[in-house]
Amino acid sequence: MAEQFVCKSSEFKNGERQIIRIGEEEIGVFKHEDEYFAYSNFCLHQGGPACEGLTIARVEEHLRADKTSMGLSFSEKDMNFVCPWHGYEYDMRTGAHVADPKVRLRKYDIVKKGDDIYVVA
Amino acid sequence: MDLIADRGRRVTVEELNTSKLLAHAAKQARDRKFEDVLIVDCDAHHYENEHFSEILPFMENEVFKQLALAAGAKGSRGSVAPGTFGYQDMGGRVTRYPLRSSEKTPGAPHRDVQIGNRWMDAMGVDYSCLFPTGMLNIGMHPQKEMEFELCWAYARWVTEKVLPDCDGRMYTMLCLPFSDPEGCLRMVETFGDRKGVGGFMVTTVRERMAVYDNAYMKLYAALQERGLALAFHSGPNWGAQTFQSCNRFISAHALGFSWYNILHCTNWVVNGMGERFPKLPVIWIEAGLAWIPFLMQKLDHEYLLRPSECPILKKKPSDYMRDMYYSTQPMEIQDMGALETTFRMMNAETQLLYASDYPHWDFDLPSTIWDLPFVSEKAKHNILGGTAARLFKLPPRNEGQKKNLIKYGNLVA
Repeated sequence: MAEQFVCKSSEFKNGERQIIRIGEEEIGVFKHEDEYFAYSNFCLHQGGPACEGLTIARVEEHLRADKTSMGLSFSEKDMNFVCPWHGYEYDMRTGAHVADPKVRLRKYDIVKKGDDIYVVA
Repeated sequence: MDLIADRGRRVTVEELNTSKLLAHAAKQARDRKFEDVLIVDCDAHHYENEHFSEILPFMENEVFKQLALAAGAKGSRGSVAPGTFGYQDMGGRVTRYPLRSSEKTPGAPHRDVQIGNRWMDAMGVDYSCLFPTGMLNIGMHPQKEMEFELCWAYARWVTEKVLPDCDGRMYTMLCLPFSDPEGCLRMVETFGDRKGVGGFMVTTVRERMAVYDNAYMKLYAALQERGLALAFHSGPNWGAQTFQSCNRFISAHALGFSWYNILHCTNWVVNGMGERFPKLPVIWIEAGLAWIPFLMQKLDHEYLLRPSECPILKKKPSDYMRDMYYSTQPMEIQDMGALETTFRMMNAETQLLYASDYPHWDFDLPSTIWDLPFVSEKAKHNILGGTAARLFKLPPRNEGQKKNLIKYGNLVA
């Protein structure tokens, strides 16, 4: 397994992403709430650049005890990233598709050495 | 460029460059050697509503032209063309919508041709049938005169300013002002033999449309005589009474595209239009495929019970449906067995035409057909372009394509 330099953590802001190319492979590296997450940049739907689109909080709908809806709201804790081709939406922490957790992007490990961030591919 | 995400948070994404956005599509095309496969996209779009300043001067009637130009002028509160409710871009999740204006297209050819060439080259598409976007709602205009004027102006603009710029890679099926049967006939007589016109299109997004009315028989005869296709292009209309109880766009979108083609295809079939115009190529566009086996079964079932209501028919409704053509997109690939059955029921090998619908949000790449495990090589070539090459008389663009067109009996130009 090779380690590929991503960038310095001090230059990587929360909410940003980097796309790393290693041969034919492309890996999207996100920094979210001071944590790093890395996934294949090939969407499992039609192969779009899954990590290059919008990041947006998950939309939720909560029910009251009597089963009435409280309407739509943005999650306070769950962040998604969205393939810009068709809107396939993946969980930032797991890479699983929001509507079908069996659909899951390949996840890569991140190694931090001092201020340097590496992805293990 | 920044996009708005949750709670007003801004996310920086790159400016739109279609070639870059579709780099993975280009890889798919290279991996599958699409260069040797003639690929025809029978349903692609441009945003003609962003060129109204070029289109409206082509309107014929000076009064309607003045109304339209004034409505589009700065400070005006007028509206030229009907619109619909909805969130095709899913709040900017499909980034090419909000970023569209950021794409750079310096100089010639026409901006829409430059953008079209970028996505066609990326996907491995050789030819595309160019359809408008906003004009798909023209059937909801309350004035048939304005419907005619806008269709006429668009037809002149696209055939005189856009298609001549595209080196023959784009063709069109021009939008008909269906509320005005005489106007439709005049459109066919005027534009039917222009370069790049492969047929005419009726948007099925309408509150009232009687495809079987005697008023349209001259139109269908004129199309058939000229060897031109008649396409019915579907769309959503959340504002329609039928969809008023849908509280999410997904519901109105999923049902709307299917519904309008189901509705008008039913009327077309039970009124024996296939019997009256057997050589008129009819294409049903952008409703996906799942509705087709449903409608075949439903109509065959009722036809055997109530043949007295369809005395023109000489065979089952599904047989007439198998005589017509259908575009692939948006193809439902959730259940491969169901899809295989659909292909079998509709004779996909000869009746199905690949469509991307690009740049709209639910576009399909050619690989959606090429990678299907149950489709023969011949059917793949036919669906991706061979059948369309025969219908629209499109020539191969290289020797590899020519060999494959000959191999599968599709070389006609």
